[in-house]
Amino acid sequence: MGEARDGVKVKRVVFVTVGTTCFDALVKVADCQEVKDELYRRGYTDLLIQMGRGSYLPAKSTGDDGSLAVDYFTFSSSIADHLRSASLVISHAGSGSIFETLQLGKPLIVVVNEDLMDNHQSELAEELAERKHLYCSRPLTLHQTIASMDLNSLVPYTPGDATPVAKLINRFLGFPEES
Amino acid sequence: MEKNTSCFFSNSSPNLVITCFVAFITIILVRFLYVIYRTGKPLNKRTSQQTLSTLIVLGSGGHTAGMINLLLVLQKDRFTPRFYIAAATDNMSLQKARVFENSLVDSGAKGISAEFMQIYRSREVGQSYVTSVWTTLVATAHALWLMIKIRPQVVLCNGPGTCIPLCVIAFIFKVVGIRWSSIFYVESIARVKRLSLSGLLLYKLQIADQFFVQWPQLQRKYPRARYVGCLM
Repeated sequence: MGEARDGVKVKRVVFVTVGTTCFDALVKVADCQEVKDELYRRGYTDLLIQMGRGSYLPAKSTGDDGSLAVDYFTFSSSIADHLRSASLVISHAGSGSIFETLQLGKPLIVVVNEDLMDNHQSELAEELAERKHLYCSRPLTLHQTIASMDLNSLVPYTPGDATPVAKLINRFLGFPEES
Repeated sequence: MEKNTSCFFSNSSPNLVITCFVAFITIILVRFLYVIYRTGKPLNKRTSQQTLSTLIVLGSGGHTAGMINLLLVLQKDRFTPRFYIAAATDNMSLQKARVFENSLVDSGAKGISAEFMQIYRSREVGQSYVTSVWTTLVATAHALWLMIKIRPQVVLCNGPGTCIPLCVIAFIFKVVGIRWSSIFYVESIARVKRLSLSGLLLYKLQIADQFFVQWPQLQRKYPRARYVGCLM
């Protein structure tokens, strides 16, 4: 948390996203006092929640009383701008959200939805956490993850490349190699 | 005399039918084995001017994002006309595809041709299995109808359940000689240790010509898959 010379507080936004899913457990826990206090303690000023198809509505707050400013919305056609202006992203374990965030180089905590049947999503989150590209958490352990995270220890993710597949497909179909 | 001739005809008709039936089955079987044999074998060389009609199967969540990521590096003038199919209840995928195609037009690419279609789902999440039998039949009939219209030469899919009836029908088209197609399956990047149900089916039935996985763990478990690293 820092103040510029003209007294305006530097905004450090935490962006929470559930993608196109319904993940009330994450929205609820992001809105709970424990987590909000922890985020404030770690120097964040704003909490913006994209709540998707969920039914739990967070409590909006202007944050003037020395706490986190809280706002939310359901969907937007592209969350890229929100991701870009965030200092920390807390996301559901969807691959789209994960890779969009990693490609922008933003620190990321992935929260796995334990209510999903056949939770294959956790495989991806755990693998990337093992490679130290993000932190992986469950709703009930989110505040501990926030308290203990060291964002400097995260390894930047090198974006993947689809050209090898394109080459293989072209070669299979008999198209000539690109010059 | 007449009685004998009529007996002769009434005896030979069933034989004729049986012979035709056996011949038919044999032809289909031979053709089936030929398709199995040729599946996965690269096609003959072609000129760069040739175009292949392409079916692109979209899916909710990260599937469409992954597919568009792949389409970005494919030569659009080779894979045209393009047919995008998404499940009827998936609202965002076709929209994303339209945005992608519009961006191609904006960047001045010529010879662009794309169509966008929806297909009935075999089964909604939580639907009872009894009604699912009927809806699966409806979905399969719908898939057949769309495939007869499209008859693609290339099928691209990356995981959603919608691709199964379409890939199976594409395979049947190869057997029956309606259209030869090359089926490419890229397992979703979210699949690190286990294949999706769609992937498992296509892998076991050996329907896909090329089966790509994005994590080395899957390649070790499924040796016929090709490991291509993370695409995103």
